[in-house]
Amino acid sequence: MNSYFERRYTIAGIFIVIIIILVARLFYIQIIDNRYAIYASNNVRRQTIIFPARGPILDRNEKILVQNQTFYDIMVTPKQVKPFDTLEFCKLLGIDKAGFDKRWVKAMKYSPNLPSAFEKQLSGESFASLQERLSEFPGFDYSPRYLRNYPDSIAAQFLGFIGEVSDKDIERSGGYYHLGDYIGETGVEKSYESVLRGQRGVQNWLIDSKNKRKGRFANGLFDTAAIAGQRLKSSLDINIQQLGEQLMKNKLGSIVAIEPSTGEILCYVSSPTYDPNLMVGRQRGNNAASLYKNPYKPFFIRPIQAYYPPGSSFKPLSALIALQNGIITPETTYNCPGYYWAGNTKIRCTHVHGVVNLSSAVSGSCNGYFSMVFQKIIDLYGAKKTEQTFSQWRQNVNKFGLGNRLGLDMPNEGKGNLPTSAYYNKVYRPGGWRSSTVVSLAIGQGELEATPLQLANIECTIANHGFYYKPHLIKSIGAEEIIKKEYTERNFVGIDSQYFEPVINGMQAVVDHGTAIQSKIPGIIMCGKTGTAQNPHGENHSVFVAYAPRENPKIAIAVVVENSGEGARWAAPIASFIVEKYLKGSISKRESGITPAYFMNANKLPNIDNYTSKGKKRAAFLADSLRKSKPDSVFKQKRKKPLPYTRDDQPVNLKPDSGNKKNE
Amino acid sequence: MNNQRNFFFNVDWITVFIYLALCIIGWFNIHAAVYDERHPFIFDLATNYGKQFLFMILAFTLAIIVLLLESRMITTLAPAFYAITIFLLVLVLVIGKNVGGNQAWLSLGGGFRLQPSEFAKFATCLLLARYLSQSNIKIADSKSFLTALAIIGLPMFLILRQPDMGSTLVFYSLIFVLYREGLSANYLIISILFIVLFLTSILYPPLYVIAVISGITFILILIMRKNKRLITTLLTGLVICIAFIFSVKFIYNKVLQPHQKVRIDIVLGIKSDLRGKGYNVNQSKIAIGSGKLWGKGYLHGTQTKYSFVPAQSTDFIFCTIGEEWGFAGTVFVLGLYLFLVLRIILIAERQRSSLSRIYGYGVASVLFFHVAINIATTIGLAPVIGIPLPFISYGGSSLINFTLLLFVLLKFDSNRLGIV
Ligand SMILES: [Zn+2]
Repeated sequence: MNSYFERRYTIAGIFIVIIIILVARLFYIQIIDNRYAIYASNNVRRQTIIFPARGPILDRNEKILVQNQTFYDIMVTPKQVKPFDTLEFCKLLGIDKAGFDKRWVKAMKYSPNLPSAFEKQLSGESFASLQERLSEFPGFDYSPRYLRNYPDSIAAQFLGFIGEVSDKDIERSGGYYHLGDYIGETGVEKSYESVLRGQRGVQNWLIDSKNKRKGRFANGLFDTAAIAGQRLKSSLDINIQQLGEQLMKNKLGSIVAIEPSTGEILCYVSSPTYDPNLMVGRQRGNNAASLYKNPYKPFFIRPIQAYYPPGSSFKPLSALIALQNGIITPETTYNCPGYYWAGNTKIRCTHVHGVVNLSSAVSGSCNGYFSMVFQKIIDLYGAKKTEQTFSQWRQNVNKFGLGNRLGLDMPNEGKGNLPTSAYYNKVYRPGGWRSSTVVSLAIGQGELEATPLQLANIECTIANHGFYYKPHLIKSIGAEEIIKKEYTERNFVGIDSQYFEPVINGMQAVVDHGTAIQSKIPGIIMCGKTGTAQNPHGENHSVFVAYAPRENPKIAIAVVVENSGEGARWAAPIASFIVEKYLKGSISKRESGITPAYFMNANKLPNIDNYTSKGKKRAAFLADSLRKSKPDSVFKQKRKKPLPYTRDDQPVNLKPDSGNKKNE
Repeated sequence: MNNQRNFFFNVDWITVFIYLALCIIGWFNIHAAVYDERHPFIFDLATNYGKQFLFMILAFTLAIIVLLLESRMITTLAPAFYAITIFLLVLVLVIGKNVGGNQAWLSLGGGFRLQPSEFAKFATCLLLARYLSQSNIKIADSKSFLTALAIIGLPMFLILRQPDMGSTLVFYSLIFVLYREGLSANYLIISILFIVLFLTSILYPPLYVIAVISGITFILILIMRKNKRLITTLLTGLVICIAFIFSVKFIYNKVLQPHQKVRIDIVLGIKSDLRGKGYNVNQSKIAIGSGKLWGKGYLHGTQTKYSFVPAQSTDFIFCTIGEEWGFAGTVFVLGLYLFLVLRIILIAERQRSSLSRIYGYGVASVLFFHVAINIATTIGLAPVIGIPLPFISYGGSSLINFTLLLFVLLKFDSNRLGIV
């Protein structure tokens, strides 16, 4: 019976071989193949994002400009939703049935299994009534979000706004942003995004096969806490910002005020403005749409995007360059007959100035004097060297920050326009233009264009006698108040300090007994220059640049009020109120009788209908300042000859009640 | 009384020790697999681990009773056990309880259920051993062979009607017993060949498979062209193989239950729908694979604790071992089983009585088939046919049956010195 005895080895052998195959397979999946360990942890690991609070933004005196407010997104996971009272839910949420269906379809489309936002940005009050009853609606949940709140509703163009990230943002961020995250879209929110946004925290949860939370994954070993964004201390002064916005109400234009000793921007008004709170909450979409449609373009950041011919405020620059190069002295005189002949082009002066020197030419704003100086510079080596001397002049002007970006810490800064010799070679022909051809540059006209920021920066340079600090809006970053190094460096413009005195004397005279006498501030010596920027499309732009006090300057300012006429009438008084408020904290009674209230109530908005009725005019109007674009080329090409004159500024005895009649 | 003491001295304590080790490993892993924070206590009767403890007590009691019985009584009652089993298998088809698609359970009340197909394994092994041990029976004799096949085939047929493919296939393992007792090696080779053909003909187009086996046959004919008889055999074999391939295709498409088809498909890699029917095996592989070398530690397996693996205390209990004890744990358990099976073969071979030897091989074959197929299933090497892991899987019927199977052998073995 035992004849098959040896077969036990065969059977044992087969058993052993099979066990070896199993061990080999186990060795492969347990030791060699790492995928299963990853699958296992993916199976049970769910991450939740902890959103950090965005950094607040303060003014220079630590008053809050922007803070966080908690809003609530109502989330839905369609698969977990059980039948519920839809009507009641709609009522609580404040939507109708059609709106509900639309959102439901969207959520289903996103994913039936994953939560997505059903309704976004519910304010605390509207969420409160829903929260108590949210448990009656399984599948619905909420997710708190930090959004922005602006207690004083000011400085909209500076602060900018945040919005949901675009697909492009997500792609570019390399995984930082996720769908539904917020990102700074404009203004400081955009330029300081990486500082403000903070760091997202992550919680890893253990879940079971039914997606139920079972505790922390790896006891929270891989969790990270959310780190709030850093606070930014802005250089703005909330008091003058608010005053500036009130003064510019119902006007187009801007105010830029800078502290000359630091480059800190104190006031940054772009008018018309809007309430930044409109860009938060459930009505954001509607509000944004109507703001975009507004013909006066409130999103247009006039301090850095609007281009104006600098006009008279530019005049001292050529004179300073000539002084530095020994082409003139402060004592160089010119006898103004009321006009100036540049070649066979007649440039008119407002009146017969008689014999003027540098200071009196500045205070009287004599076109002839500065045309003369400009021609002296350009014709220094004879007419044939025009191109060379012009390029030299341009380089010198460029040092003042004209024709290039100043590097403001905000997006969308414009360069202005400082024409090059190459440009003139193209418009005329090489060698086909002379100092007389481009003489209008001498008086801040022609192709010359500057942003209000650049104008204010020139005033800083004059106030500092030859240098400026890079203008900036954020004074310091974080609790440690870190100041960027580039903001502590002086930028010299290549003019020795002693040459500024005669110019400054002239500017003081402008306010003391010149065109801006109305705007004289009791007890403060302000040096300024009125200007009337030519506006070929309508009433001229009123411009005023100044700094104060003369000794130890604290504030430099540029004010532009579009379509309102002379600088002395609109821009100068507005500037003087800002300066006085900043220096004294309050506005005193003026000898001239002007009051802030008058300017706040005045309406100088151009009539849109005049422009819209005729297509061409509308285009011109937009080109004017509402868009960042150069003056239309047709206008430029036609003008082979320089502009005949600049309407100059005269002392106007303006009575507060007589100024605004045509607009009423 | 002296005899009694001798019995206990003669019991193979090594086997008993391995048996106890496996039972305890099972109990702890059931605890880990269905661990419930509300019932952390391992003896809590509201839980599977509490119940398993009860089953273990029952099984140990049974083991002692078996050792105290007379061996002769057991062998004498073999036909009766077999008859009762067949009766129960018929009964279960009539009044059985349907669980998971199989009508395999007889309700005993109190939440306990009986699975007659488990006892059929013991009864069949015993009757087969008794039949083949008769001195006038030779396996080469076709009448004896067919009788042996009938003994095995009857319960297989009834279990297949439930339908419980897994338990049916377990009886197939008894081919090792027949082989040991003189069945031609050809049967073993042919049965292995048919298994390979079965799998390949489902996996690949039949014509390809036919082309390959025809090619192999002709090469063999060329090599051994002098042996004319062998050529005839080979050609006959080829025809049978081709016929088999087509019948497999037919059975696969027409006879198999859809869920069995799907399970075969998954193992063969035809379908890998991870959220569908392949989910179980995939999660099981993830559980075992994520254990790495040393495992995640007792009660720290996330796959099993958070119910990603289904049937985690019964057919997929090996996942818990793989996940929480790692490669070290799985190799240890496999080693225990291999040692146990080889020990049983050793025990079988040292019997004087051929009944005991044949029975021993039956125990080894059934045990090994369970172990190999169950573990192969959890790591994706075999279809999910749903058979438990001996001594470790949760379940009273399974534990008690395997205890009975093993301790009857130990009882025979304790008598091997001649006091039959
Ligand atoms: Zn003059």
